[in-house]
Amino acid sequence: MKNILIIGGGTGGCIVANTLAKKLDDDEAQITVISASEQHHYQPGWLYVPFGREDARSLTRPVRSLLKKQINLLIGKVEQLDNENQQVILDNGDTVTYDYLVIATGSVPCPQDIPGLSEGGNHFYTEKDSFALYQILQEFRGGKVVIGVGGLPYKCPVAPLEFTFLFEEFIKEKGLRDKTEITYTFPLNAVFNIPSVAEVAEPILQERNINIETFFNLEEVKADEKKALSLEGTELDYDLLIMIPPHRGVPFLQGHDIADAKGWVKTNKQTLHAGDHKNIWALGDTTDIPISKAGSTAHFEGPVIAKQIVADIRGQELGEDCVYEGHVMCFLETGYSKASIIDFDYSSPPVLKAPNALMHYQKMAFNKAYWYLIPTATI
Amino acid sequence: MENVVITKESDARGSFCPGPLMELIRMVRDAEVGDVLAVISSDAGSQKDLPAWVAKAKHELLGQEDVDGAVKFIIKKTH
Ligand SMILES: Cc1cc2nc3c(=O)[nH]c(=O)nc-3n(C[C@H](O)[C@H](O)[C@H](O)COP(=O)(O)OP(=O)(O)OC[C@H]3O[C@@H](n4cnc5c(N)ncnc54)[C@H](O)[C@@H]3O)c2cc1C
Repeated sequence: MKNILIIGGGTGGCIVANTLAKKLDDDEAQITVISASEQHHYQPGWLYVPFGREDARSLTRPVRSLLKKQINLLIGKVEQLDNENQQVILDNGDTVTYDYLVIATGSVPCPQDIPGLSEGGNHFYTEKDSFALYQILQEFRGGKVVIGVGGLPYKCPVAPLEFTFLFEEFIKEKGLRDKTEITYTFPLNAVFNIPSVAEVAEPILQERNINIETFFNLEEVKADEKKALSLEGTELDYDLLIMIPPHRGVPFLQGHDIADAKGWVKTNKQTLHAGDHKNIWALGDTTDIPISKAGSTAHFEGPVIAKQIVADIRGQELGEDCVYEGHVMCFLETGYSKASIIDFDYSSPPVLKAPNALMHYQKMAFNKAYWYLIPTATI
Repeated sequence: MENVVITKESDARGSFCPGPLMELIRMVRDAEVGDVLAVISSDAGSQKDLPAWVAKAKHELLGQEDVDGAVKFIIKKTH
């Protein structure tokens, strides 16, 4: 019997584990998930927490409740990957061996990578930070607000734009719009890295009187002077700074042979193999594939890995559908109960429809349906 | 360009927008003032984005050279 080990009980880890459990008989393999946290977080919900539209506590469920019962779950933190001996070492010193390994450890926002950002900046990319921002917004009475992307890469690339739109709506409803100046910043020469998304988003920012500062690569935050400085020499004064920190892969991958210095696993963009290792795969945020780090990316990658493992265990030929074609699908909330959808793959860039109410309500419904459809690998 | 001594060069061929630009930004962050940096890009978007970024950041674009159909951008870190 083969041992399949999946590190991570988030979106990608749960999808792969449940897909494998559905496909394999109990005597073919033992499937084990190791998760650092007992809880699985529905991170897209954190976008709404600062505005009081979601309660952070309702966005988590025990990982155990999302996994099929034949899957073994270990709560613990992997501290070392010893791929020569096909084993991982946990923080309590335990060793877990594997025949097949799937890495789905996600990404970590690292405000400490930019001087002053932890002290001067806020964000909504963790449960704690989204709730802290809720408290700040409750007290907010107007001023200069700078919202932006503090460094690349970061997960859910459209979330900072969505946050900006929702923030503008929020302060307008509070009657503070005329007391508030909003500036949106982005590191590249456009408001977003995909041109068709930038073409939709930029006019909306302009219509809503939101200043745009492109080519803004955050270099330093002077928290005591309330200034955000860019590598390009731009200085922005702020009363409230909301900056998405640059991300890294998890610590045990940083500098490991299968990853780069920042912990992004060197991943084959089609088979999702980690480097030349034929029994190791990576999916979701932790890969170095130059594509959006999004739950939907993990959703479309998961079955590609599961099929390869099943075929290998059964000695079967791989089908042509056993490659990941770069499919990503995300909503783009534009505020005032409207949204658009962004759907693309490696060969076809997204074509966006004008934001509309139907898409917004689809996103709202998806936020609730997530638990039943996605980590359970129902769709 | 014969007289220019390149301090550090990066071959970003095969990586797409914003790869080559981010590579240049990473190099500028790590370099000393006065260093000459070179980035080779095969992405069409770089033709516009790299010189625009160098102008915005007030560094100096010393030149562009053709390298087997790709473009080598040579930049001096000025501050
Ligand atoms: C504000 C916000 C909005 C978002 N909106 C969207 C959206 O609209 N659409 C979309 O598709 N995506 C969205 N995302 C992104 C999405 O949540 C992530 O891309 C997705 O969760 C990635 O899945 P993953 O499995 O790679 O990582 P995660 O879901 O983050 O899971 C990582 C898992 O690894 C575990 N882990 C980490 N380190 C270790 C270790 N050392 N040992 C053991 N276990 C470990 C963690 O405990 C966790 O269980 C959003 C994210 C945020 C923050």
